[in-house]
Amino acid sequence: MNTELLGIIATYLLTLVIAIPLGKYLAKVFAGERVWTDFLKPIESGIYKLSGINPKEEMNWKQHMKALLTINLVWLVYGFFVLMYQDKLPMNPDGNPGMTPDLSFNTIISFVVNCNLQHYSGETGVTYLTQHFVLMFLQFVSCATGIAAAVVLFKAFRDKTSTKLGNFWEFFVRSITRLLLPLSLVMAIILAFNGSPTSYEGKDQFISVQGDTVNVSRGPAAAFIAIKHLGTNGGGWFGANSTHPLENPNYITNMVELIAQVIIPIAMVIAFGIFIRRKRLGWMIFGVMTIGMLLLLIPTVSSELGGSPAIAKMGISQATGAMEGKEVRFGPAISAYWSTVTTIISTGSVNSMHDSTMPLTGAWQLLGMMINSFYGGCGVGVLNYFIYLIIAVFISGLMVGRTPEFLGHKVEAREVKIAALITLLSPFLILTGTAIASYVFTNHGEAAWAVQPKNWLNNPGFHGFSEMLYEMTSSNANNGSGFEGLGDNNVFWNVATGFVLFLGRFLPIIGPIAIAGLLGAKKYIPESAGTLKTDTLTFSLMTFAVIVVLNALSYFPALALGPLAEYFTMLK
Amino acid sequence: MKKYIIQSLRLTLVLMVLLCVIYPLIVAFAGGFSKGKGGGEKITKNGKVIGYAAIGQSFTKPEYFWGRPSAVGYNAAGSAGSNKGPSNPDYLKEVSNRIDTLLKYNPSLKRSDIPADMVTASGSGLDPNISEQGAIIQIKRIAAYRKIDEKSVTELVVKNTQGPLMGLFGPSSVNVLKLNLALDELKK
Repeated sequence: MNTELLGIIATYLLTLVIAIPLGKYLAKVFAGERVWTDFLKPIESGIYKLSGINPKEEMNWKQHMKALLTINLVWLVYGFFVLMYQDKLPMNPDGNPGMTPDLSFNTIISFVVNCNLQHYSGETGVTYLTQHFVLMFLQFVSCATGIAAAVVLFKAFRDKTSTKLGNFWEFFVRSITRLLLPLSLVMAIILAFNGSPTSYEGKDQFISVQGDTVNVSRGPAAAFIAIKHLGTNGGGWFGANSTHPLENPNYITNMVELIAQVIIPIAMVIAFGIFIRRKRLGWMIFGVMTIGMLLLLIPTVSSELGGSPAIAKMGISQATGAMEGKEVRFGPAISAYWSTVTTIISTGSVNSMHDSTMPLTGAWQLLGMMINSFYGGCGVGVLNYFIYLIIAVFISGLMVGRTPEFLGHKVEAREVKIAALITLLSPFLILTGTAIASYVFTNHGEAAWAVQPKNWLNNPGFHGFSEMLYEMTSSNANNGSGFEGLGDNNVFWNVATGFVLFLGRFLPIIGPIAIAGLLGAKKYIPESAGTLKTDTLTFSLMTFAVIVVLNALSYFPALALGPLAEYFTMLK
Repeated sequence: MKKYIIQSLRLTLVLMVLLCVIYPLIVAFAGGFSKGKGGGEKITKNGKVIGYAAIGQSFTKPEYFWGRPSAVGYNAAGSAGSNKGPSNPDYLKEVSNRIDTLLKYNPSLKRSDIPADMVTASGSGLDPNISEQGAIIQIKRIAAYRKIDEKSVTELVVKNTQGPLMGLFGPSSVNVLKLNLALDELKK
């Protein structure tokens, strides 16, 4: 077997070796059981005291959501202004300008919602102050927000009937002190010793071997890159993200970054099973997600290793696969693996340029983001999957002709309505968003915006349509990667994706939490012979079928117009 | 509601100290002990910095090994890929031109010898590496321009090829800057 494929297998196995124990650990941390990191308790007490928080105060699901939305609102307002006026603030050695209001609006929403869609370029669009005090800060707290929300859902199903679902601040703070911060510290130091910069010095200048004057952007990037991956954020320190040789210097760092971004999503699934005392359910969910991942991964790797048919016609050797937009030190195989995992877990970090991948690869990337719950983002992956579960429970209930129930709680009209609305939200935002963008492109090409609509596509034809579809899909999934050829720093894309980002984040958090809160408060019905068991193979298959059918129905036409059409035109 | 606002503000401030001051300062301190002392590993010649080990630079002269095409002309203050789609006709013309240039400067080459990385732009525009095959196809040209025997150039390429991680994982690659510096040393 060749070394590139071995690299994929080793990376995934190492991921599991870390993620599974981590899941067990997280279940204990959030249940308040004894763990070896309890020596950090004094730090947490200090944080609560300084913030005026009583971590023992129990909240119901509505109070949880109020707390969550309030603190997110605070970050939105704070970051919006700091980004706009960053040129007047310290820690700006490269003299970068402030953001325009629409760019600031887009950027702050994008980082608050754990998306990290970037319509600016790291080297020229932000300062060291905003990189750390706005963007990196949000990479920590947006991830912790997602995890805390997931724990609220866990809580609702732990006991038989419960309206008291723990304290939001406690879940949130613990996600940082017991998980994100220690892991980031370890990872940042590994990155630093492999060549990622850590110092606060500004740009450097040197004369190259051939006599060119070269400026090199740098800065304290290692700390940022660590949480960027651990927190499934994905926003790059540099414009070229993790293709950049200082952001991802070698094959080791590439493996570390790949592993870091997948461990928490997997750990959360394992933790769910343990926390609600139904380990089997946790493993079943993990199984469905893993099969889903493999079904996206295998064709992606094969399509990239196959190389570009157009370049093959020129008689060039593509021994290792398609190389446009890829780095030699990684190669096409692990780059394909990276593109699959980052699109399913909504990281949006890239180690190769997705715009230049093969047409079918683009289709799998899009589908990964549309489904958005094969592992999924930190915390929110479980929440998204939960919606599919509820739909599957409902449909199964109809098929066998009895009232559907989930973990001993009756699933009734109200819960199913919420689940249905959340399911419909994604196709609504993605498809209407893309439709409006296409309309503006064809009918208002001359609009006097920073990037004129007629110029915003970097590629003609079907691929151009894919660029717009990808941007909307990535925003809705809170993924953050792009077909980066799209000229997206203008008022249209900044505002439109800003709204899609916002709705695509908070409604899919509130929906599942509301369902969980409502279900958790209902009377517990003990299991009987007539109970629909959710931890069986049959039900897992049912859930998988629901995921496939819902997404195929929603997105097949759009995919056919973009990547599939491009694929078939390249065949001839 | 008011209670949540005040708690949010205070918690935000406290966490900022922890996450944006203490955490990166610890990392910066640790990074000070790394090879490049936290500023990126530099390569010097005669006491002057002539490049960063990790960052590719432009080589266009025929007596040097060329790196990969770059969408940003190796601008290390503005990294980016080409973002050209695989079916874009302008892009395919560009690739075809690159092949012609390679064939012109390396007349003994067959098309099927040329590896894809030598005619496609990297993701960062700063790729420091080329594939081993990418270096091998340039040996004849370099030996001819520098009037040295091919064997010693080939030896250099072999010496500067980094194999897969632990011999098992990932591709092998050649750092163009280091190879060219070794080439300059050879002349003396």
